[in-house]
Amino acid sequence: MPQSMAEKIVSEKAGKPVKAGEIVIAKVDAALTQDGTGPLTIRQLRKFSEDKAANPGRTVQFLDHAAPSPRMELSNDHMLMREFAQTTGSVLSEVGDGICHQIMAERFVRPGDLMVGADSHTCTGGGLGAFSTGMGSTDVAAAISLGKTWLKVPETIRFEVSGYFQRHVYSKDLALAVIGQMGADGCDYMSMEWGGGAIDAMPIHERLTVSNMAVEAGAKCGLMPSDDKTREYLASYGRETDWRPLAADPGAAYSRVVDIDATQIVPMVAMPHTVDNVVQIDDEQVKGVQIDQVFLGSCTNCRIEDIRVFVGLTKGKKRHPRTRVIVTPASRAVMKQAADEGLLSELLDFGATITTPGCGVCVGVHGGVLGDGEKCLATSNRNFKGRMGNPDSYIYLGSPATAAATAIYGVLADPREVV
Amino acid sequence: MDIKGHAWKFGDSISTDHIAPGRLFHLRSNLPEFAKHVLEDVRPEFPSHVQQGDFIVGGKNFGLGSSREHAPQIIKMAGVGAVLAKSFARIFFRNAINVGLPVIVCDTDRMSDGDEIKVDLEAGTVLNLTNGDEQSFPALPGVMREILMNDGLAQYIKDHQDLPIH
Ligand code: SF4
Repeated sequence: MPQSMAEKIVSEKAGKPVKAGEIVIAKVDAALTQDGTGPLTIRQLRKFSEDKAANPGRTVQFLDHAAPSPRMELSNDHMLMREFAQTTGSVLSEVGDGICHQIMAERFVRPGDLMVGADSHTCTGGGLGAFSTGMGSTDVAAAISLGKTWLKVPETIRFEVSGYFQRHVYSKDLALAVIGQMGADGCDYMSMEWGGGAIDAMPIHERLTVSNMAVEAGAKCGLMPSDDKTREYLASYGRETDWRPLAADPGAAYSRVVDIDATQIVPMVAMPHTVDNVVQIDDEQVKGVQIDQVFLGSCTNCRIEDIRVFVGLTKGKKRHPRTRVIVTPASRAVMKQAADEGLLSELLDFGATITTPGCGVCVGVHGGVLGDGEKCLATSNRNFKGRMGNPDSYIYLGSPATAAATAIYGVLADPREVV
Repeated sequence: MDIKGHAWKFGDSISTDHIAPGRLFHLRSNLPEFAKHVLEDVRPEFPSHVQQGDFIVGGKNFGLGSSREHAPQIIKMAGVGAVLAKSFARIFFRNAINVGLPVIVCDTDRMSDGDEIKVDLEAGTVLNLTNGDEQSFPALPGVMREILMNDGLAQYIKDHQDLPIH
């Protein structure tokens, strides 16, 4: 039987051929928690086990959501996670190392792996061809302890993307366009599987952005093929041996195939307060909306290439005096690269604030919280009411290019019109 | 097992940020305190007025957003007997079962705020005692049923030292 990527990976991990809809027990290759979910994971694990991990070398505790810690309660949570990592011999990613999903991509994710994480955006790993999905603390505690999980093999919606991206249009715009079209529950319980000429041509950092947002359409995972681009990406982190080719079988059964022409996509914006509330940047509803804060950051869009795009548009300019700009590199490696390339200096000249690698403003825990009625344009993945720490504020989502244009003009602006 | 209480109506797309606000991140290791704020950004009176056994009655895609299991934990801790909704987001649904909070897919348009509701988990029925309406809901997959009946996944693993396999 021809298999979708999801069926293929889960079959390997279940040790038998599986079909969409089946409920199976599958081996887990890697598990992650972060400082928002890790303490509860540890407490749940302690209800049924000593502190131990089945696979410590691929069990990672991340201190990224509240890093550096802004409050003593969170510092104590960090202590608990450090202690657990030490007792179990699992990996600890310290304050300032960066966002869990970015570090996982740089250091741990392998094509064909099955990974679970106590963070909904664990689906980011799909960008490298891993069946990687978010779960809650107790499920992840079980996976850490037992080295396996139960899951329902998802049905797959195949997204076939042809054509090429116009100048100033990025995979973030594709992701937003698709979520707008499918709706926030349009891929509930499904695997989103990507293919077609535009995906083949898409570099890994852009694939990671698309897979990252799979959960915003309700999906369990967002799978990209593992190809030469994947191999090059892994090689660039000294991990070429982790590579293997992986793709869906021709003739695999899909619950639906969605055809998309990348050439037709323009810069998109998600308006408050849902990610599927998507319009084109030139729509009347967003045109001229004043923006108080621009956030270039998060596991969606603050890799080195995103910073290059932002600086490419803002270089030699000054931010609009009304608009604060906060840049939070996704990892220490990204920040160092940006420093080496002189990009941090350009950002500072533009008037940006640069913060510690981590989740930053995205989750509203340690800085950049908006005031009442304020509006933010963010390159992150969620704009729910209160997401950034104030339920009386407004979050718009867009690409790094849209963020750059907006920072220059102080209103939601089209990157194609930057002069 | 019967659960009886009053309906608290909520709209579509109630996210985990509505349920367990990110601004209270520091309360995640203090769930009893966190529970005093459950859903307060949508209905400020909810945490202080909800009674033991009451129902949260949502619309579409209840619980979308983050994987924070604190969301179903504090709903349960606040005394809520079950969450009823037209549909649930995947991670929330699984988390709720894992912490022993019943989640029920049904037509919530047939309930109004304050209606008296009775849920029979075994029989799979929701009875609206206020307007007399009755509906049945689909049974959970065996694995989830077993977890729920064991008062959650942690307790299940403690008792069996393994996952439920079917
Ligand atoms: S950057 Fe934002 S979305 Fe990504 S893991 Fe951190 S809090 Fe979650």
